[in-house]
Amino acid sequence: MEWTFQPDRPIYAQLVEQIQLGIVSGRYPAGSRLPSVRELAAEASVNPNTMQKALAELERSGLLHTQRTSGRFITEDQEMIETVRNNLAYEQIHKFLENMRKLGFDPAETMALMEKAAKEEY
Amino acid sequence: MENILECRALTKTYGYRTALSNLDIAIPRGRIVGLLGPNGSGKTTLIKLACGLLTPTAGQILIDGKAPGLESKAIVSYLPERSYLNNWMCIQELIRFFQDFYQDFQPEVAYDMLQRLNIDPRDRLKNLSKGTKEKVQLILVMSRRAQLYLLDEPIGGVDPATRDYILHTIIGNYNENSTVILSTHLIADVEQILDDVIFLSNGKILMASPVDEIRERQGKSVDDLFREVFKC
Repeated sequence: MEWTFQPDRPIYAQLVEQIQLGIVSGRYPAGSRLPSVRELAAEASVNPNTMQKALAELERSGLLHTQRTSGRFITEDQEMIETVRNNLAYEQIHKFLENMRKLGFDPAETMALMEKAAKEEY
Repeated sequence: MENILECRALTKTYGYRTALSNLDIAIPRGRIVGLLGPNGSGKTTLIKLACGLLTPTAGQILIDGKAPGLESKAIVSYLPERSYLNNWMCIQELIRFFQDFYQDFQPEVAYDMLQRLNIDPRDRLKNLSKGTKEKVQLILVMSRRAQLYLLDEPIGGVDPATRDYILHTIIGNYNENSTVILSTHLIADVEQILDDVIFLSNGKILMASPVDEIRERQGKSVDDLFREVFKC
């Protein structure tokens, strides 16, 4: 997985998002064991404390849970994963609509363009 | 002792020039801290005071609760800005030299890193390029199991690939008991491995804050903030 960071937001928040993305995309399958903090920190080239903070946040949200001796696991709750997936999609859409607004397209015009573009892809 | 390094009203003057003025700092164990500031802001002076190479003009600096001395030198691993190693020695000899000096030195770690960076242990220091010399010095420093690593400009002179390797080494070496303090101008490169940053300006602390707090509050990276604060 490519880990990339934007300069304008906290690193831990971006780690949370990218791990969420890893879970909804199936890179980290439901019910499987997540690599250790140390491994993930090394992979993402980030401070281990920052990675720890991101994982704690994901644990609070219920997406991850700790099994006392064997590490951190991804939830088996498909419904929860689906909700996260939808939330991530909404975020993308809102960002996109905002950018289209800057170009002077209202949502209806954007929709029309979207349909045209989607047809052209096939 | 919770704090591995503490400064209390620390002041250092060189003649009429004040290098550090009335500094209060507390750095706990288990952190990676960036010491940032323009040239001449006091970064190297602070590091040298922590090593016991300089003595405070006023105030105190404490390593694990004690003034720098024999005990602190056993737990502090220091990378100076300039090399003090003997040019005529080969790397193998340097490793034995460090083994003699430091109980916590791990030769197998040093040899492993040399191999990763394609450096021949039989080479003499004087035959190496400037960048390779810096790598060797950093390898020696990072091969100790110290409680405090003081790295003065550890990545300034090496190529970007080596820089990545060094940063990985620092992360990989991380444990809750040891703290790394590094000074650098290359903020963008180190920003994501740091817990906290300390901005020094004219011998005073301009700001001391966790990296993510700066990003959260200012909506910009530490690198961008630095450029703004120290705009010439």
